[in-house]
Amino acid sequence: MSILNVKNLHKDFGKLRVLKDISFDVNQGEVLSIIGPSGSGKSTLLRCINQFERIDGGEINICGMAMTYRDENGKTVYAPKKALHEIRLKIGLVFQNFNLFPHMSVLQNIIEAPVQVLRQDKQTAVANAERLLKKMGLSEKAKEYPCNLSGGQQQRVSIARAMALNPEVLFFDEPTSALDPELTGEILKVIKELAAEKMTMVIVTHEMQFAREISDKVIFMDEGYIIEYGTPQSVFEDTANERTRQFLERYRTR
Amino acid sequence: MTGEEILKVTGILLQYLVPTLKIFGFTLLLAVPLGMVVACLKMCRFKPVSWLTNVYILIMRGTPLMLQIIVVYYALPFLRMSEGLPGFLADFLNGMDVASEEFMFNAVLVAFVLNYAAYFAEIFRGGIEAIPKGQYEAAAALGMTKSKTFFRIILPQVIKRIVPASSNEVITLVKDTSLANVVAYSEIMLAAKQQMMNYSSLVPLFIAGVFYFAMAMILTVLFGFIEKKLNYYK
Ligand SMILES: Nc1ncnc2c1ncn2[C@@H]1O[C@H](COP(=O)(O)OP(=O)(O)O)[C@@H](O)[C@H]1O
Ligand SMILES: [Mg+2]
Repeated sequence: MSILNVKNLHKDFGKLRVLKDISFDVNQGEVLSIIGPSGSGKSTLLRCINQFERIDGGEINICGMAMTYRDENGKTVYAPKKALHEIRLKIGLVFQNFNLFPHMSVLQNIIEAPVQVLRQDKQTAVANAERLLKKMGLSEKAKEYPCNLSGGQQQRVSIARAMALNPEVLFFDEPTSALDPELTGEILKVIKELAAEKMTMVIVTHEMQFAREISDKVIFMDEGYIIEYGTPQSVFEDTANERTRQFLERYRTR
Repeated sequence: MTGEEILKVTGILLQYLVPTLKIFGFTLLLAVPLGMVVACLKMCRFKPVSWLTNVYILIMRGTPLMLQIIVVYYALPFLRMSEGLPGFLADFLNGMDVASEEFMFNAVLVAFVLNYAAYFAEIFRGGIEAIPKGQYEAAAALGMTKSKTFFRIILPQVIKRIVPASSNEVITLVKDTSLANVVAYSEIMLAAKQQMMNYSSLVPLFIAGVFYFAMAMILTVLFGFIEKKLNYYK
């Protein structure tokens, strides 16, 4: 089943076209990694799919719902507000710098959306949050405030917060880039566990070894284009593309 | 002055505490919400609105409050003397008793509210703009509506950030109420000056000073308490 389908997506910032003819698919249970140099448009792509940026052309379908479609003149039109809201709830997003709500405890952070948006009763939401916290190895931290947690713990809370809405797909934008090197491992481990449970995920990352191990598909982006789109084997080992090779070489020698 | 006289003057000044607190309380009550509105107008994306609001704030902050009180107080009587007003407005103005305590209070209050709303607006705006964009995005990603995002995510963080600056402003307001005596509004300073003449003594001024000091201390303690309460997170 297709969870995410992007077709011929274009995005401009003023005169600058930062995403050019982007097309790809993510099926249920798949993990897609997006790699590429900084400035290549990875974040912008995620932001378009998460409705933080408006696209200038193309189509995005999520769980069989059209977020944008083309009208009879071929112009890209967004779905009505209600549909966009529904689509948004199918998606979880994990930010590079966590963006937890600092005035709320860990538990409150996680139950906020289930209670306020999904109108779950509080007991259900709390029970679910405790289950998620246990999974993240943070059961003891439920009452703590984010400022008292390490970066790695904060990122795990933010993953739990995103999961609390039972999304069909989780997006990660460089989930370990804001962390000290010794803390990246715990996040990568959590994501691997989610992959083992067949959680559908799209991950922007600079952790090449991790991307290669975990992904079903890999996209290599450069200057707004998808340069490579295929299995980890085809991108990391078999590529004939010069730009891809140069990029991977830089990471190998690091 | 004898001890008995001091007690008597203290008693008199105490009666003038009420009109002082009236200005203080009503100014806070009205200037805080108006300040929020002004802050929103200033952040308005429609430039002329934002620009006009900024002119208002610049004038309020750039001229003395005392001048503003006098202008508001004399604006109506002068307006009444001008010709060619529409009938209902002329009737309305003529119906007003400019010498009454009530009119005086209203005029002083209008000046205070306009002035303090400008200051509070800048505090609110600073507080709102200091909230990282990521907070809005996190809330949006979780499907929260604009109003839920503002009231549940943004506002609580804004309040914590603006407590210290607001505390300054509120303590200044207590002392600024003394400016109302410029149009002979019966507040503590006016009474203290009268008593100073009466007794040819500085003691009434000293007593008035103690009153202001006590009010400022109460507010300092109160805001210190609020700040501590909000210190459960960084
Ligand atoms: N809000 C914006 N306004 C204008 N240009 C932007 C904006 N956001 C990103 N860009 C530009 O779009 C390009 C892609 O950026 P980004 O998606 O952040 O890349 P990546 O995440 O791959 O590092 C860059 O050239 C960047 O400068
Ligand atoms: Mg990025």
